[in-house]
Order: sequence, then structure tokens, then C-alpha cells
Amino acid sequence: MTVFIIARLTFREAARRKILLAALVLGLLYLLIYGIGFYYVNLDVSRSEFTVGLLELNQIRNFLFMAGMYVVNFLTVAMAVLTSVDTLSGEIASGTIHTLVSKPLRRWEIVVGKWLGFIGMLSLYLLLMAGGTILLVYLISGYTAPNVLRGLGLLWLNAILLLGVSLAGGAVLSTLANGVLVFGMFGIAFVGGWIEQIGSFIQNQTAVNVGIISSLLIPSEALWKRAAFEMQSPLVSALGFSPFTASSMPSLVMVLYGMIYAILALLLAIRLFSRRDL
Amino acid sequence: MSNSISTRALRKEFGEKTAVADLTLEVERGEVFGFLGPNGAGKTTAVKMLLGLIAPTSGGGEVLGAALGDHRSREKVGFLPEHFRFHDWLTAEEFLRLHGNLYHIGSAVLESRIEDLLALVGLNNHADKKLRTFSKGMLQRIGLAQALLNDPDLVFLDEPTSGLDPVGRRLVRDIIRDLKERGTTVFLNSHLLSEVEITCDRVAFIRQGEVLTTNSLQSLVEGELTVEIRAQNITQAVLEGLGRWGENIRADGEHLSLTLSSEADMPAITRFLVEGGVEIYAVKPKQLSLEDLFIQVVGTDGGL
Repeated sequence: MTVFIIARLTFREAARRKILLAALVLGLLYLLIYGIGFYYVNLDVSRSEFTVGLLELNQIRNFLFMAGMYVVNFLTVAMAVLTSVDTLSGEIASGTIHTLVSKPLRRWEIVVGKWLGFIGMLSLYLLLMAGGTILLVYLISGYTAPNVLRGLGLLWLNAILLLGVSLAGGAVLSTLANGVLVFGMFGIAFVGGWIEQIGSFIQNQTAVNVGIISSLLIPSEALWKRAAFEMQSPLVSALGFSPFTASSMPSLVMVLYGMIYAILALLLAIRLFSRRDL
Repeated sequence: MSNSISTRALRKEFGEKTAVADLTLEVERGEVFGFLGPNGAGKTTAVKMLLGLIAPTSGGGEVLGAALGDHRSREKVGFLPEHFRFHDWLTAEEFLRLHGNLYHIGSAVLESRIEDLLALVGLNNHADKKLRTFSKGMLQRIGLAQALLNDPDLVFLDEPTSGLDPVGRRLVRDIIRDLKERGTTVFLNSHLLSEVEITCDRVAFIRQGEVLTTNSLQSLVEGELTVEIRAQNITQAVLEGLGRWGENIRADGEHLSLTLSSEADMPAITRFLVEGGVEIYAVKPKQLSLEDLFIQVVGTDGGL
């Protein structure tokens, strides 16, 4: 199957160019720092002089866990974009694409192959980072956040969504322009998400609407907020505001929108690449 | 059996610019076809359309019996691109295995094929080296091996010898000869005329995206030629007598030149000269070279 040959090639390229190694080393470094930080904070707040109940204690642990997942989400999204941003445009610019495309294959097989290869890589990365965070929190404090699988699924979808956008951009734009486009969109969603969160906190409908529109443009921040909502402790939801968690919860319709968006991005990438003169 | 390549009025425009205006071409199975033209004449664009890398603005055609752009048309096609840019983080062997897999060659056949091809292009001692470390000549060799993986019926070579040393050029020439013997069609895109002259059966001249003329190189050899003769005792009667065979007769002291319609007249002419009492020191046939023809057809402005 041509698709799997290309997927393997994509994976192997990342390994050969030491991208996997760099991600692994930095990922482990993150886990180390996070683990040390969590250990000492947990030690402090668990001491008797604080005399807090288990409920408040788990509240603090959940807050620290969400801070970790916030970083994991950002790093996974950055990985999705950085690794894929030049995979089409780079091969087109250098001419390596000519030897591939002149083989008896269809263009969509190259796009889908690369997509699957990157998804494989991102899945491993997310598993290492998020799995490591969950495991560290559990081993140190015995705490487990609610709905972590649902949360992980949403982070995974978020990475796939941005991967699709980056592939679609790479089919027509130069590597640099594509990077500016994808990170620009990510930035808009990020700012829009904050405006919405603050707007909902101070009950300003205009600010909320700005956030919703930016989420429709690219629902990556909305997916994070839904993931955060799933994994945060019920008490935080009741209190309403924390920097890493969500006060306004994106609906399941928004999650569905994210799925459709991710698929459409892939289809757009296929269409653009298939029509491109190489 | 259909022709290897058959196109009708292929046209490609990039915005305002017309890269290929009207390409109508028939390349028969088993021939070595030279595609000649000055830089920027649309040669590479034409090859890319034949390989489905570029979609034509209008017109159509078939390659090995399948429509242009259809992936099946590339099943028995080999292609060496112009600049030899490959995935340079692969080793030579991995590179060939990857492209063999893309041709869907079974692994047992592929492994022996890789070994044979590495030997053919003289890289068997470099099988485990990364392409990143290869010189341009070595990249060309591995690129050629890649183009032959599927035992192709049709091979496109886009400027295969430009910028290469004589050894590399020799290798390309030998491989083309080999392919021809096995009945493979070779489409050679080149502006290096001496290469084409040595290897091709037929040539097409392209200028500003249009085929100006198609010639068989055999007809070029059999076509008119100019003979230069160095001799003494050239009389007026002899000069007039030569008019039977040729035109443009010019005599300047010991030097005599005339243009014949066919090489076959040479023996009769020498006999006539000897019988007319002319003492001949040298007879030098001057074939119209491909370069002369190129200049004649394309013009000295290089099609600019």
C-alpha cells in the first residue's frame, strides 16, 4: 500500500533528522522538571500545618495537573505544526517530490501517507507527555483527574486538526508563509479564547461573541477548553475562574465542528496538492 | 501496439506566459528520441506534462496506452529528473528500496534488482552510504538506477548529462545503448547536441513550446553533404562537368568544394576527376552536423 510506504517514510525522516530524538529528550526534561515541581508543592501542601481537607488538597493537585496539561497541549500542537509545516512545501521547493510523484501513485496517497505518518508520531508524543504527566501526578500524590481519556482524545484531535491545516497550507504556500499562516491562526484562536473567557467572567456578550467567531475560524483553543473542562475538578467549575481551566465550556457541537474541521483540512490538502503543478 | 508517447496539441500556460504552445508528438516503441531546444524552450515543462507532474492547459495524449496524468501511465515508466535532488537522508540502498516499493515490486525481485542496478551504475561499494555524502556524479548514477528499477518500457532522461564529467556522460550513453538493445523507448531531453547525435534515432526541435521539425538522424547522415577537395590541375571543363552531381561549386586554387545531394555520388565524382586528369590529394566530406541543423532550425538567437 502506497499510503503506508509514505507514512513509514515520513516517520523515518523524522527519526533520521533527529526530530524524534530532540522531542524525546525535551519531553523527558519537561517531565523531570514537572515531576520535581509537583513533588515539592505536593509535599508542602500535604503538611499538617496547612490543615486542609482532602477536597481542597485535590483541588490544588488538579490545578497543578491542569498546568501540566496546558503545556502538553501547547507542545503537542507546536510539534504538529513544526514537523509538518515544510513536508509538502519543502519537497516541492527542493525537487525531491518529482521522483515520488512520477511513480505510479495518486497524489492523495502522498498526502494521506504523510498525514498518517505524522499522526503516528504525534500520538506517541502525546502519549509520552500526557501519559507521563498523569503517571507522575498519580505516583507522587495518588491523585487522578477526572475524564483523562476524554481529555487526551480532545488534545489528540487538536493536534490532528492543526496538522491538517499545516498540510493544506504547505500544498500551496512556501514553508515560511505556511508557518506564519498556521501559527497566526493558532494565535487568533488563542487570543479569541481568552477574550471569550474574560467576557464570560465579566458577562460581556460582545467579548464572548468575538471568542466564538475566532473558534469557528479555527477551533483549536475551543478544543483545549473542552478538554480542560472535562479534566478539571468539579469544584473549579463551580468557582468559575482559573488561568488553566475553562469557565465557559465549548459545547459538544463545537467538538463535532472540530472533527469535521480536521477532516475538511485533510481533504483541502489533498485537493490543493492534487491540482498543484510540480 | 500503440506508440510509446502520443500527444495532441498539448498546451501549457503559466499565467501570461505560454511555456508549451502546441506539442503534437509521436514517439514509437523502442526508439531513442531526442528532444532538443534552447534553454527555456519548454522541454522540461513538456516532460513534466508527459509524466503527470503538470496538468496541461489544453490538449491531451497517451503514454504507454494510458491517458496523460493517469497513474497507470507511469507503471512502466522510469524518470531521471533534472537536478538529481533526492531524499538525502536515505542510504543508496534504502533509496532504491523505497522507490522499488512505490513501483510495487515484490521484495525478492526487488532485492536482486537493487544489487544488479548498484553494480550497473558502479555504486555497489556505496550501498550503505547516505545520499547526503554523494557527489553530483554519484547522485546521477543512483538516480539512473532509480529510473530503471521497474524494468521500464519508457525512460525519460531530463538533461541527464548536464554538468557531469566525461565518465558520467559515458555511463549515460552506455545505459541508453543498453536500453535500446532491450527495446526500451528512451526520451532524452537535452541541449548537449553531441550526446544526442551519438545516441538518438530521431530528434525533435522545439522552440517557444512548439515542435519545429522532427528528423531522423539517419536521414541527416544520408542527406546532403558538402565535399572539400584539395587537388591540382582543376580545369574549367572539369568544373563544368561536376555540375551534373552538385551545386555550389567553388574553386579557389587547389581547393574545390561542392554540395552533393547524396553521399552515393562520391565514387562517380572521384572517378570523373581522376579521368579528367585532376591530381587529388584529399577528399573531405563535411556532414551537416546536428549543431548546424540546430542553428538552421532554431536560429542563432537561441529562440529568445
